[in-house]
Amino acid sequence: MPSSGLELLWQVAPQLGRGAIQTLAIALAAILCSTLGGLLYGVLGSLGRRALDALLRFYLELFRAIPLLVWLYLFFFGLPLLTGVSLSSFACAVLVLSLWGASEVGEVVRGGLQSLPRAQREAGLALGLSTWQLYRLVLIPQALKRMTPPTINVYTRLIKGSSLAVLIGVIEVIKVGQQIIERTHEHVLIYGTLFVFFFLICYPLSLASRALERRWSYA
Amino acid sequence: MSALIELSGFSKRFGDTQVLREIDLRVERGEVVVIIGPSGCGKSTLLRCLNGLEIGEGGLQFAGEALDAGSDWSRVRQRIGMVFQSYQLFPHMTVLENILLGPLQVQKRARAEVQAQAEALLTRVGLGERAGAYPRELSGGQQQRIAIVRALCMNPEVMLFDEVTAALDPEMVKEVLDVILDLADGGMTLLIVTHEMAFARAVADRILFMDEGRIAEEGEPQAFFSAPRTARAQQFLERFSYLQNVPRRK
Repeated sequence: MPSSGLELLWQVAPQLGRGAIQTLAIALAAILCSTLGGLLYGVLGSLGRRALDALLRFYLELFRAIPLLVWLYLFFFGLPLLTGVSLSSFACAVLVLSLWGASEVGEVVRGGLQSLPRAQREAGLALGLSTWQLYRLVLIPQALKRMTPPTINVYTRLIKGSSLAVLIGVIEVIKVGQQIIERTHEHVLIYGTLFVFFFLICYPLSLASRALERRWSYA
Repeated sequence: MSALIELSGFSKRFGDTQVLREIDLRVERGEVVVIIGPSGCGKSTLLRCLNGLEIGEGGLQFAGEALDAGSDWSRVRQRIGMVFQSYQLFPHMTVLENILLGPLQVQKRARAEVQAQAEALLTRVGLGERAGAYPRELSGGQQQRIAIVRALCMNPEVMLFDEVTAALDPEMVKEVLDVILDLADGGMTLLIVTHEMAFARAVADRILFMDEGRIAEEGEPQAFFSAPRTARAQQFLERFSYLQNVPRRK
């Protein structure tokens, strides 16, 4: 047995590192997909088409009402039964987190876009901008400031949510920690390390959010 | 040659409210038409229908081309400049970026050429030094002059002015109206919605008086302002002359 906590940490570092990479890979992929999906959701939701709004609302409520854990099981165990397609546990975790994240980021984007004066849209259209140009050049850049803090909040929830992937068999950082604890019974040390790990990832994100907010503080 | 803008039996409704009723109107190239009338008479909606911000029913032609909901409005809007009451500059862009946006992104023109034109126009409206400023750094009157330049830089064939001085402090109204007068002198086709009666009289070739979604009366400014024919126009003008000359309290 290692004599001190530091020695133990040094020994298990490679193992924890591999777990951490899994966690970060899931989170990063989910963040990327949530952002792209959320932008699409938000833009579609700001067009004011009633049928589209109802569809997006249904999607949002589905992911708000049903726990992520249930979605994970549904995709991991249900999808192969229903369609014959089976996804790896990693892909499944990314997919479920992305679908959830896209609806949450999407609501943020939609709210940000709708908060802009209606006449800004008209001023853009009057210049002959296409809808795509209007959103890309005029509306989204203006809404960014308002959208950034709540979006980063969703990102940190995605990072923390990635630990659910353990339940469909992904060996991410918390699972690795638990395996080490089973061997060494060093609960406090390992969970303390995990605490520091998540804090070190999520805290800079909220710092970045505040810095961006300041940088974009025009108007 | 056909009129630049031609409306025939043109109507617009919002839900149950009929905002425009069977409007017939021809605007020739180079003509300055000023539209006046009480709030809610449909004059702003009329302007907004001309560049497709609202879609109505009935005949609408621009330079001989019939327009409806299915038209390529982006192409038409490049030929119709519009200036709004609340300026609506894009706050995240500098003055120059605001002006270049349409010419570069929509018309795909060369930056050097557009920038030279933008700078010339800025100088013409007395704002040659403010190209790098952000809208929030400018007064309302300055922002509105920039908004006019932004529309002009697309080289439109007509300019629509929708109550462009209504949000301005009185001391800034003149600087904006001077720019519009300058455009009129240059032969630009203008459609102007305004509550500035003295200005309407000074700039217009023709006055349209709208009431309840109809063109209730139209005519040359001299005749219209000195001897309006309809009771509604008389009432409307009396209220304005009262404001020019409020009696001293006892």
